[in-house]
Amino acid sequence: MEQAPPDLERQWQPAPLEPLGHPDAELQAAVDEEAEVSRDEGPGDGTMTENNFGLKKIEISVSEAEKRTGRNAMNMQETYTAYLIETRSVEHTDGQSVLTDSLWRRYSEFELLRNYLLVYYPHIVVPPLPEKRAEFVWHKLSADNMDPDFVERRRIGLENFLLRVASHPILCRDKIFYLFLTQEGNWKETVNETGFQLKADSRLKALNATFRVKNPDKRFTELKHYSDELQSVISHLLRVRARVADRLYGVYKVHGNYGRVFSEWSAIEKEMGDGLQSAGHHMDVYASSIDDILEDEEHYADQLKEYLFYAEALRAVCRKHELMQYDLEMAAQDLASKKQQCEELATGTVRTFSLKGMTTKLFGQETPEQREARIKVLEEQINEGEQQLKSKNLEGREFVKNAWADIERFKEQKNHDLKEALISYAVMQISMCKKGIQVWTNAKECFSKM
Amino acid sequence: MDMNSFSPMMPTSPLSMINQVKFEDEPDLKDLFITVDEPESHVTTIETFITYRIITKTSRGEFDSSEFEVRRRYQDFLWLKGKLEEAHPTLIIPPLPEKFIVKGMVERFNDDFIETRRKALHKFLNRIADHPTLTFNEDFKVFLTAQAWELSSHKKQGPGLLSRMGQTVRAVALSMRGVKSRPEEFMEMNNFIEVFSQKINLIDKISQRIYKEEREYSDEMKEYGPIHVLWSASEEDLVDTLKGIASCIDKCCKATEKRMSGLSEALLPVVHEYVLYSEMLMGVMKRRDQIQAELDSKVEALTYKKADTDLLTEEIGKLEDKVECANNALKADWERWRHNMQNDIKSAFMDMAEENIHYYEQCLATWESFLASQTDLHMEETSEDKPESH
Repeated sequence: MEQAPPDLERQWQPAPLEPLGHPDAELQAAVDEEAEVSRDEGPGDGTMTENNFGLKKIEISVSEAEKRTGRNAMNMQETYTAYLIETRSVEHTDGQSVLTDSLWRRYSEFELLRNYLLVYYPHIVVPPLPEKRAEFVWHKLSADNMDPDFVERRRIGLENFLLRVASHPILCRDKIFYLFLTQEGNWKETVNETGFQLKADSRLKALNATFRVKNPDKRFTELKHYSDELQSVISHLLRVRARVADRLYGVYKVHGNYGRVFSEWSAIEKEMGDGLQSAGHHMDVYASSIDDILEDEEHYADQLKEYLFYAEALRAVCRKHELMQYDLEMAAQDLASKKQQCEELATGTVRTFSLKGMTTKLFGQETPEQREARIKVLEEQINEGEQQLKSKNLEGREFVKNAWADIERFKEQKNHDLKEALISYAVMQISMCKKGIQVWTNAKECFSKM
Repeated sequence: MDMNSFSPMMPTSPLSMINQVKFEDEPDLKDLFITVDEPESHVTTIETFITYRIITKTSRGEFDSSEFEVRRRYQDFLWLKGKLEEAHPTLIIPPLPEKFIVKGMVERFNDDFIETRRKALHKFLNRIADHPTLTFNEDFKVFLTAQAWELSSHKKQGPGLLSRMGQTVRAVALSMRGVKSRPEEFMEMNNFIEVFSQKINLIDKISQRIYKEEREYSDEMKEYGPIHVLWSASEEDLVDTLKGIASCIDKCCKATEKRMSGLSEALLPVVHEYVLYSEMLMGVMKRRDQIQAELDSKVEALTYKKADTDLLTEEIGKLEDKVECANNALKADWERWRHNMQNDIKSAFMDMAEENIHYYEQCLATWESFLASQTDLHMEETSEDKPESH
């Protein structure tokens, strides 16, 4: 089984994989389809040209987490967690999987990868990373990043991230992503060499565009509102859910006290003793059952959190559109003003205020030769401007088209995933109720024997 | 031996009706039916107080009529209890609800407090009515039947306040002595009372705490459900699912409230009554010890003082009878009390378990119905049991 070498010209093309519990069929077909159409995606410097290798099925897993100590950039000792990423390739013929790559990465490297993807695929809703710090914690849950439960949930979240990227028809082909999975040493340098940080749009510029753009595509404006609402409502939901979990924990755990007291009481009772003692045992079982119940619920919360963070990814795409649209509007405005200037010079009328006009009035008119020269320069600039405007327009339309296609894909994914999560919540509640009936029926039996 | 019967003329809840049904297999010995209701506020220049209406229905010959209606205030109940303790120092007199509840009470007369007290007073009188000895007590009869002014004048009879205070000081000294010579069976009884008191107090606290936690859980749930409805406003494809979940959460919230109300009817008052009973029991032990000590001191006097031996011997004879009566009365009443306690506690805890089972069954039905509606739409099979009906 061959492994594509990290060749700059080639692009690695694995068969996309589904994130946790997600049917794969449609995505597979989509990738096949995408493979047919040749597109130039990402930066235009030719490193990402399409190449159809023939699809291999791969499995990605983040299988372990390990505490490490090392020295940071300022040569100070630090503790961090490293995650083991294993890639397996599955032969079509016999279904056996072979370990092809395995390396360790820390959270900051995942962040680097994602920031790179954000810059080079601004029209894609880039999957989010699991949270950097524990939020929406309820009292028992630790907010400590080193806490084993947090690390475990983060491991799952990172795996989910990689699977989402790997199953995305466009992102899965990215070379840097491939290297992330296969090249342990030097990867950071390779990413930084792409110079993506320089290509990133400044936040300030983006903010400016948001306020000043005149004609953004309505769909993006609506999408922005939607993502704001999504973020707000999921945050609220998660906050209240954490409080509900806290209260539920309290109810269950206090029942555990019955267990101890019943046991002590049973010592002085002749007839009631056995019943009390065994009922007390069931109270203990009841009290300890809440731990597993709430751990399951934490996974549900993580599923919602992913979409909370997805809202930010949606907004990023909207921002890019606004920026491009603003750029376009500015370019068009600039061109129009140059054309106007040119016309004025040619006809000799000054309709617009200009410094040249003022100085001309004050110090006398310029010579016809000077005017001719200026008109020539302007005409050149106007030509250039028109070319640029044309290409910007094209770029803008391409962006809208591609972005919207990915947004539609995202919407379907979101609807499917959220529905599944909500249904799994109902399933969890059912399981909790069944356990409750069981325990209390047992307890009632013991009480009846008192 | 009488079972505890709690005979509400106006049942306060379906559960208390079940209590009544449980005891109806007893032969129809009951000839005294008492209810306590209709709390009313009275304002005078000096004070504000509450009276409760007490209705008595009886077929007993010694009562002048078959039906009585009087109004009594808490002070009157205190008086009655005092008289019963005086007349029967080693019987286990039922406890009265507390004078005040210190924590969490802003004013004396808030509605919950009054209702809790009313129920406890109802129980108090019925327990006396069911007690084989106390039911025939004269002061009890007066309490149930006399008009206000009659009761006042009746109260003035009997030993005055000062003499009662004098007795208390002497009693403390005596009881210390009585502990030392306590017979074995009463040592056991005392040991039981100490442990029981400790445990029932803990159970009282635990039960109150559970109620409080459930209240807070219910409050949070009230906020939790509506968020899903809010969310559904921006998600076209998830409207049914989100609204369905919101509705389930609301129903579970209501089920929690019902569970809480069941607890506060069936479990909390019973546990709390036994907390008060345990205090009563300690008082009964003390009084028994005092009576014993009186005898012991006279016996000691006989041994050391030679004077008036005839008189002392006579007194000792009387006291020996008194001690034997007291001990036997206590022993019998103790058995009866243990038996009743067992039934009451068993009942209360079974009710608690039943409330919880019912709660979980309701929630289960709600969520299963939701799940069925979701999966019906998509014709998928769930991994859980298929719901039976839809």
